[in-house]
Amino acid sequence: MNLHAVKAIYFFEMARTFRTLLQSIISPVISTALYFIVFGSAIGSRMVAIDGVSYGAFIVPGLIMLTVLMQSVTNASFGIYFPKFIGTIYEPLSAPVSYLEMLVGYVGAAATKSMIIGLIILATSFLFVPLQIAHPVWMVAFLALTCVSFSLLGFIIGICARNFEQLNLVPALIITPLVFLGGSFYSISMLPPFWQTATLFNPVVYLVSGFRWAFFDTADVAVTYSLMAIALFSLLFVAVISVIFKTGYRLKP
Amino acid sequence: MEKMISVQGLSKVYASGNIALDKVDLEINKGEILALLGPNGAGKTTLISMICGLVNPSAGRVSVDGYDILTDYRAARRLIGLVPQEVALEPFEKVINTVQFSRGLFGFAPDKSYIEAVLKKLSLWDKRDTPIRELSGGMKRRVLIAKALSHEPRVLFLDEPTAGVDVELRKDMWRIVEELKADGVTIVLTTHYIEEAEALADRVGVISHGRILLVENKDQLMHQMGTKELTIHLQQSVDKLPEALAGYALRLAPDKQSVIYSYDTKAERTGITGLLADLSSAGFLLRDLQTSQSSLEDIFVDLVKD
Ligand SMILES: Nc1ncnc2c1ncn2[C@@H]1O[C@H](COP(=O)(O)OP(=O)(O)O)[C@@H](O)[C@H]1O
Ligand SMILES: [Mg+2]
Repeated sequence: MNLHAVKAIYFFEMARTFRTLLQSIISPVISTALYFIVFGSAIGSRMVAIDGVSYGAFIVPGLIMLTVLMQSVTNASFGIYFPKFIGTIYEPLSAPVSYLEMLVGYVGAAATKSMIIGLIILATSFLFVPLQIAHPVWMVAFLALTCVSFSLLGFIIGICARNFEQLNLVPALIITPLVFLGGSFYSISMLPPFWQTATLFNPVVYLVSGFRWAFFDTADVAVTYSLMAIALFSLLFVAVISVIFKTGYRLKP
Repeated sequence: MEKMISVQGLSKVYASGNIALDKVDLEINKGEILALLGPNGAGKTTLISMICGLVNPSAGRVSVDGYDILTDYRAARRLIGLVPQEVALEPFEKVINTVQFSRGLFGFAPDKSYIEAVLKKLSLWDKRDTPIRELSGGMKRRVLIAKALSHEPRVLFLDEPTAGVDVELRKDMWRIVEELKADGVTIVLTTHYIEEAEALADRVGVISHGRILLVENKDQLMHQMGTKELTIHLQQSVDKLPEALAGYALRLAPDKQSVIYSYDTKAERTGITGLLADLSSAGFLLRDLQTSQSSLEDIFVDLVKD
């Protein structure tokens, strides 16, 4: 185990994050505030409570998830795409580093950054709506797992992307719809039966549901399913990444 | 002589179908400086990249200090420092951070005084807190070298280290190479400057179209280079040279109308005067004289031409 290498990659990536931390934080905080003003106050005041939770509070977990998913994918994909783009990837690829060690370094840094942003948004939410968190430990656990699993996905996207357009397109085309259709702003039970079944194939449903359960103790799908689903996605992503590294796909000619 | 790197039947066919390296065998001794001389596109970078793990080999095997580069990649790679041909550096990072990063990447614990020594050796110490994007091109090359030296490598690959660098950096580079050699580091450098190979190398390998054409002791090559040939055209044809001329080791040309004499230009006496006198007393009439010199350049051009 090359622990020095893991630390080197992790802190090098975190340094990149801290150089641009203000930009990274301002934009999600502003957009979250806007969501609260529009959905929470303007529309929310005319919405009935869902499962006994005021609409303003109900959307908090979904909003955090929305930002955290986007951030995880963007951070992780950029984190590996950039060294590929400028050529510095030669160094980790020629170092005595296994792909798992590289993964822990790069994905760990990306996940940490989105975790920080997620917690900042949570803090911002307290300014807009009264909130209690039913299972705080689980809340943090779900947040961390989500950050990791979608940073893994971002890592795959970053390796496969051939240019900056592809790097931006995938999150916009895939992640945004998944999040909006994943029950961020409504309960799955509000959908017609067919769509209720269809959404069960959307990974984001499990994340949002589990996360919301940690806040309000109510869930669209059982918490154990949520956990299993996250674990499954993470394993799938790790498997894909291991194939990428074994074959050198888009990394080594 | 102990082997540091052993390359056996190494080939690379890129996805484009381009055969960049064709069954190369190469042994590199511990502590020597090997210069790989070859024109652009010869396969120098491909060869180095495969040894360092940046390109997947299509066939063949490589071991570094006995460690296979695929099955024992950790042990093999820890020994290797690579200065790539293209400058690739994180633009916003400070010089010292990027060098410390490299050391960590290769599994070495931080060592402030060692990093300081490396940066001083490369005249980078004053620039240690400068973001890389503010450095000149030559300074960036120095940073690449510092990164490669950050983990005390036992083998150093320099891929065209002096292509397009200023005189000062070139001299520094040569000095550093000499110092590393004195420490017993094995050095492989690629170049298409013959003078560089002459100045630094213990052995010279000539590579062209993905094949290694020759690997030769530099002194031996230099010796061949110091040799001149005198061709003496005669007015009559000869079948056999008289015994009296045996001491000159003359060769008879296939046309039997000229004899060839090899001599060392650096020797005190070339023996030409004596030879000409002896030829005329043996009754030969001379028609013409001609000398030619073989230089490393000639050998090189000869080897790599299609
Ligand atoms: N990634 C690649 N994909 C396809 N062909 C390549 C690649 N890299 C190098 N080549 C080709 O392989 C040959 C050898 O290239 P290279 O090893 O860079 O030579 P050198 O370093 O001696 O100039 C050249 O014909 C080059 O065009
Ligand atoms: Mg090259």
